[in-house]
Amino acid sequence: MPALLDLIEAGRPVEHHAPGRRAVVAPKTWNLAVEQLAAGRWSLLGLWGEPETVHMALLDEAREIGVISLPCPGGRYPSVGLRHPPALRLERAAADLFGLLPQGLPDTRRWLDHGQWGVTHPLAAQPGAAAAASSYRFLPAEGESLHQIPVGPVHAGIIEPGHFRFTASGEIVVRLEERLGYVHKGIEGLMAGSPVDRAARLAGRTSGDSTVAYALAFARAVEAALGVEVPPRAVWLRALMAELERLANHLGDIGAICNDAAFALMHAHCGVLRERVLRAGNAAFGHRLMRDRIVPGGVEGDLNEEGTTAIRSAITEIRQRFPHLVELYDNTASLQDRTVATGRLKTELARQYAAGGYVGRASGRDFDARRSPGYAPYDELAFDVPVLQEGDVNARVWIRVREVEQSLSLVEQILERLPRGSVRVDIAEAVGRHAGWPREGMALVEGFRGDMLVWLRIGETGLVERCHLRDPSWFQWPLLEAAIEGNIVADFPLCNKSFNCSYSGHDL
Amino acid sequence: MRKLLFESLVRPPLTERPPEASDAAVAELARALDGAARKRLGRSLSIRAVDAGSCNGCELEMHALSNAFYDIERFGIRFVASPRHADVLVVTGPVTKNMREALKRTYDATPNPKWVVALGDCGRDGGCFASSYAVVGGVSAVLPVDLHIPGCPPPPIEILKGLLALLDGVNGKAAKGL
Repeated sequence: MPALLDLIEAGRPVEHHAPGRRAVVAPKTWNLAVEQLAAGRWSLLGLWGEPETVHMALLDEAREIGVISLPCPGGRYPSVGLRHPPALRLERAAADLFGLLPQGLPDTRRWLDHGQWGVTHPLAAQPGAAAAASSYRFLPAEGESLHQIPVGPVHAGIIEPGHFRFTASGEIVVRLEERLGYVHKGIEGLMAGSPVDRAARLAGRTSGDSTVAYALAFARAVEAALGVEVPPRAVWLRALMAELERLANHLGDIGAICNDAAFALMHAHCGVLRERVLRAGNAAFGHRLMRDRIVPGGVEGDLNEEGTTAIRSAITEIRQRFPHLVELYDNTASLQDRTVATGRLKTELARQYAAGGYVGRASGRDFDARRSPGYAPYDELAFDVPVLQEGDVNARVWIRVREVEQSLSLVEQILERLPRGSVRVDIAEAVGRHAGWPREGMALVEGFRGDMLVWLRIGETGLVERCHLRDPSWFQWPLLEAAIEGNIVADFPLCNKSFNCSYSGHDL
Repeated sequence: MRKLLFESLVRPPLTERPPEASDAAVAELARALDGAARKRLGRSLSIRAVDAGSCNGCELEMHALSNAFYDIERFGIRFVASPRHADVLVVTGPVTKNMREALKRTYDATPNPKWVVALGDCGRDGGCFASSYAVVGGVSAVLPVDLHIPGCPPPPIEILKGLLALLDGVNGKAAKGL
């Protein structure tokens, strides 16, 4: 059994890539890696295209991370999705954007391209002419008395757009097929050729609920590429924002899941706690979602006494009230009746898809990017990563409950030990310091939804040449299709909310 | 649960706490919005939210309007599940090309009289996504827009202010029509 490093050493190493290594490999090595994925030994962290090249970020058994790249003359390369289904949609997306042709890909329907752009393969070296809009062939489901329910893209709630095609037998869902891409904004296209600060703003607008996590992942990737050391106070403030974002989202989700089981009381109370966190974020960092506060080189603005007090009082209130809500959840039989054993995701699937966040951890996948590969300041903080095996809606609620508790403790630890000093360094200076170009950087950050990957290349002029952002949802959306099977249609909102995948983060 | 419900009974409601600066603004808006809404639309205004390409930041703040602090329903403003029930479409995001058709159809399904609010900086002109191959532009590139509410995303209080401005505008238009 090869290790990832062996494969990378067999290829041609790419200079100025950090952290971890990237190598340009031969098709044989590429296939060897696909074999490891298919055998379940390695995890796929991302797959993205460039004109005439395809890249894959991998995590091996020793939790080593690296990138392999395969030149594909004429755009052709051996499909990964053929043998490792989690890559399917990533390959379809890369095909739409770059015109890459994965050989043997079992599903060649377009994914992000709905035939509306007025151009095909917009990010290829030579984009193609506009394609005629064609109807989308949904996968068939055959059997007696089956009927279809089309839902979306415009949904009933205040949520993002996407299409769900249910095939049901009576009340039971036989097949769910998702069709996404409606909110594709072309973020990666806009980033190419952008100055770093503009690209950072785009990264922070990839998925609004994860604006802190995206800004952090992007900033860390830039800093890795340029070899910039961020002041310690900035590192800790970033973690403070990241934990506040996690708190706000988890509190909102716990309430919203219960609301989808018609238990509005939890929703109302969790909504109050969520609002407290947002207001604390606003008082401390000047923005309720803390958008554009994390920038390459550090953070924008410093935390003052008043902000610290606001955060402390929010934490105190949550510490006081949240246990009662947890007790309420745990003791309400009618609510448990809806969440227990509903939307069960098998542990094998969570492992195969390397599902991050509460989706993975509720189905036995013990992974948290804050711990492994890990990044500062979490190596100096004490926290547990909760893991459950049941994989149902209930387990995904409990993972969030436990993570709220962990985040409360992390915020307290950070406030207690926040180092003094400056909060930002100038990255333009770092651009002038280097002789070897282009430079590449990568970061894996644990957002509230799971681990997100940012990979980028910066050219000599200091502009971003290519940046890829992989949302955790890429590996969670397909699992929702699996988890809903055999459940009743009326439980879909509950299952969907317990996954809470991002549309915008996925569609880019 | 009984204990929690009982506590809620004896605790003062969050919406009526002694006002700080922002809470005072909420109360002020509450009074003004109430009066204007009643004049034109009776006691209710139904809003259908349409995400036409947003990052979901604006959706989060629209959700917040329903929490105990802002409690938008006390003004008679409701978010409804179908455009056929709506008076107002609140549209977020730069309109993506993939959502253009769905947005138009949602507008067509909304009965007259109807108003369109473009929420957020992206809704105004496409924001930082404006030059993309996948984006049409602001909401006004596809629908007639009655009001823009700026912000990235606009805080709930700003959304309330914006809805107030819309109601004033609607009343002005209605008065001229008479």
